[in-house]
Parts: sequence; C-alpha cells; structure tokens
Amino acid sequence: MINVLLFAHLREVVGEEELVIATEEMTVADVKAWLEARYSLELKQVMSAVNEAFAMEHTVVKTGDTIAFIPPISGG
Amino acid sequence: MTTRFEISDKPLVVDDVTQKVVSRNAGAITVFIGTVRELTKGKKTLSLEYEAYPAMALKMFQQIEREMHEQWPEAQLAITHRVGKLAISDIAVVIAVSSPHRKMAYEANEFAINRIKQIVPIWKKEHWEDGTAWIGDQLENVPYLSGAPKEGFDD
Repeated sequence: MINVLLFAHLREVVGEEELVIATEEMTVADVKAWLEARYSLELKQVMSAVNEAFAMEHTVVKTGDTIAFIPPISGG
Repeated sequence: MTTRFEISDKPLVVDDVTQKVVSRNAGAITVFIGTVRELTKGKKTLSLEYEAYPAMALKMFQQIEREMHEQWPEAQLAITHRVGKLAISDIAVVIAVSSPHRKMAYEANEFAINRIKQIVPIWKKEHWEDGTAWIGDQLENVPYLSGAPKEGFDD
C-alpha cells in the first residue's frame, strides 16, 4: 500500500487529505496518472515528495512509502 | 531541548525565536517578521489561511540551515512558521539569525526567507471580499531553484 498526501487545492478537489493505493510499487508518474484518472486534477506542474524528500517523475514509490503532492508553494 | 525549527498553530512570539540564536560569539542578531498584508495589487485581503506539510517543512528548514552554513559557517538560524487562520498584521513567520558580525546576519536572514519561498511546503489561502484562492508561485518565477529536482515542473 502506498500512502498519498494532498495539500491546498488538491486536498479540496479530492475531498481527502490522505488516500491509500493498494499496490506494491508505482512510479511518481503512475501515481499522478492514477489520481488524474479518478479526480479532475491536473498534476503535470505539481511537484512530488516521497518520504518527505523531493522526487522525480521516475522515482519508484514502494509499499509503505508516502508520496505527497506539492502544488506551487506560498509560505513566508 | 527546544528545536530551532517549528510549525505552530499558535500566535508567534518574536522573542521566543530570537532567544534560540543568542550566542556568546554573536555580535549581531537579525530578525525577519513576515506579516499578513491587507492589500496586494489593489485587492483587499480579509484573512489568510496557512497550511503546511509539517514533517517535510521541518526537513526543508534543516536543509536551508545546511545551505546557509556553506556560505556563512558561523551563522545560527531559527525559524517558526505559523499555520491556520491569520488576520491582517498577524505574524506568519519569524526568522532569527545570529552571527559574529552584522553583514552576515543580514545576508543569511534574507537568504533564509528567499529559500523558504522556494522549497518549504507551506501554502496560503487568501480570503478576499469576493472569494478565496490558494496562492501558488508568488515569486512569479520557477519555484524550485536547487535542492529540488528540475523534472516535474518544467513546461
């Protein structure tokens, strides 16, 4: 199982801050495609982090990992 | 032991952050206080809401500290960022930097706020008179310069 964290407008569109995908292994790009197939989201420009470190599109997410989608940030 | 990096849902107390960088070797402490602005390009903000990914935000604060030490090894850094609903003039972030001499403290403090706006996963939602919106990429440039992969946000 892969844990997915959503923030800001992504959280609001999906209606959940956390999702679980029942799979052993997926790339970041696969997870984006999974979400886009189920929700009206555009994730092309959205960064991701796996286990709290910025990740690449081809980064592999394994069971037990947490992937977070990081829309453009606006702190400070 | 108090941690020098925090995400807080309570009103920020500037001196609490400043005290964390007090050092006998310091000859200067600079403190940056980010506050909620009412008018942005003529649009009136009623309140703001900040949301963070706290676990990762704290790691990014530590990364900023490592980067700062590459340029200014003697500087010490403390950062607290607020989350939740804020009113006009409330404090959103406090950054304190101490160093032996003032130039370093000014420069390292500016470096820290610039990097916060680039790599720390915190988002603000503006509540205006006529609606709300999550704000992204407020720097109006590429949001991640280094310390984050280039892939994934290029056009």
